[in-house]
Amino acid sequence: MSKVPTDLKYTRTHEWLRTLPDGTVEVGITDHAQHALGDLVFVDVPESGRTVSPGEPFAVVESVKAASDVYAPVSGEVIEGNPALVGAPETLNSDPYGGGWLARLRVTGTSGALLSAAEYEKLTAEEAD
Amino acid sequence: MGRRTPLFAIHESTGARIVEFGGWDMPLHYGSLLAEHHAVRRSAGVFDVSHMCIVDLEGTEARPLLRTLFANDVGKITARGKALYGCLLNERGGVIDDLIVYYLGEQWFRAVVNAGTRDKDLEWIRRHAVDFGVTVTERTDLAMLAVQGPAAREQVAALLTRAGAERALALEAFFGAEIDGWFVSRTGYTGEDGFEVMLPAAQAQSLWRALTTAGVVPCGLGARDTLRLEAGMNLYGHDMDEHTTALESGLAWTVAMSPGRAFIGREALEAQRARGVERKLVGLVLQERGVLRAHQRVIAHAAGEGEITSGTYSPTLERSIALARVPALALGPVQVEVRGKLLDARVVKPPFVRHGKSLID
Repeated sequence: MSKVPTDLKYTRTHEWLRTLPDGTVEVGITDHAQHALGDLVFVDVPESGRTVSPGEPFAVVESVKAASDVYAPVSGEVIEGNPALVGAPETLNSDPYGGGWLARLRVTGTSGALLSAAEYEKLTAEEAD
Repeated sequence: MGRRTPLFAIHESTGARIVEFGGWDMPLHYGSLLAEHHAVRRSAGVFDVSHMCIVDLEGTEARPLLRTLFANDVGKITARGKALYGCLLNERGGVIDDLIVYYLGEQWFRAVVNAGTRDKDLEWIRRHAVDFGVTVTERTDLAMLAVQGPAAREQVAALLTRAGAERALALEAFFGAEIDGWFVSRTGYTGEDGFEVMLPAAQAQSLWRALTTAGVVPCGLGARDTLRLEAGMNLYGHDMDEHTTALESGLAWTVAMSPGRAFIGREALEAQRARGVERKLVGLVLQERGVLRAHQRVIAHAAGEGEITSGTYSPTLERSIALARVPALALGPVQVEVRGKLLDARVVKPPFVRHGKSLID
C-alpha cells in the first residue's frame, strides 16, 4: 500500500501539499505517483520567482519510460525549487514526502480543489480498480 | 486482456507491472527497471520473450524461399545452428519485419519474428511458401527465455547435463544447437553475452525458477528497451517500418547484394542507392540535462531536420541517448526540441554500450 500521511493535503493529480509554520507551502508528488511512474531519472523544478496558478504545469518528472507534468496545487510564487533533486532524482522514489519535495511556494490566492488524506486514499483505491 | 505466455502466473505473483505489448500481457518491470538494467550489464538477467513468434520453415526449397524473402543471404549460412539477422522487405524496400533466421538443416530453417508483426509476417511468408512447397509451422508449443549478461552463459550451463553444458559453452556467437531437449543459442538483444533458450512451454516455469533461484534477476520489457537502445539495436515499429527502407534504417549491413540473387525489395534498394539515400539512422547523445523521446524534432542546421525514433535515459551512461532519422549529411552537433526548448546533442555511431563498456567519448 502507498503511504498517505494524514497531515498533508492532496490533489486529484497526485501532488501533496504541506503548510509550513511560516505559512508557506511545500509541494511534491505522492508515494502512489512515484510508484506508478517507476524509477525517476530526471526532474525539472520551477525557478524562483515564477508565479503559478492552480492546475498549471510547473515541474516535470521523467522516468526511464515517460515524462509527466506536475501541476501547481495553489496559486502562488515559487520561493525555490528543490536543488538537491537535479543531481539525485531518485530521492523522489525513496523519500517522496521528505527529501523529494519539488518546490516551496508563497501562497498568493486561491487553491485548487484539495483532498484530505482519507479522500486521496479513496481516490487511489478507485483508480486501482 | 492480451495473450499470456506460460510464465504469466509467475510474473503476476512476483509483482511485475504488466503492460500490453504486441497483443500480449507482458512484464514491464518487477519493481526497478534500473536495477534490472544494471543486473544485465554486470551479472545476469532473464527475460520472458515467449511472446516472440517462432516459425519453422521445412522443405527442400526452404533455402531458395528464404533467398527470395530475406534481405540477408541465407546462402551465407551453411553450418548447422548458424544464425543470421536481417529483414523481410516489401517491393518498395520497406521493412516488413526484422528477424533472426537459424539454419537447422538443409530442409529446415527457423525464423524468430516480432510479436507485434506476427499476423502479417505469417501471411507474407505463407503466401510465398506455397510457390516453393515449403511448410510453415508456428511453434506455439515452445516458450523462449533470454538469459543475458556476463554471467548468463554459466548460469544456463549449470542447469544442463555435463555434456550439454560443455556443448553450450562451446557455442560461438550467433550459433545455436539442440542441447538436452532445448534449443540454446548464443544470441540476444542487449549488447551482452548470453543465451536465448527455446524450450517446451511446459518446462518454462521450472527453468525460470531455477535461474532466479540461482540469482539471475527477472527483467521486464522496460530494461529490454534501455539495453537494446544502448546496444544500438533497432526496435520494429519505432526505428524501422514499412515506410522506411532498410538503407534509411541503419540496416544496410544486413542487406546482402550478392550478384544475381533476386530478393524482394532489391530493385527498390538499388534504385534508392543509385539516386542517393537521403536519410540515415544515427545515434544521438544529449549534451544537457533532459531525456530524449521518440518523435522529438532534430535540427541538424544546414543539413535540415530529422526526428528521434527511439529515445531514453541510458542507465549505463547516466545521460540520455536516442536513435534518430536525420538527413544524410547531418553530423556532429545538432539540436533537439525537448518540451519546447532546444537542447544540444551530438551525432554518434551506435552502439553506445557494448559488453558493459561505454563506446561514447
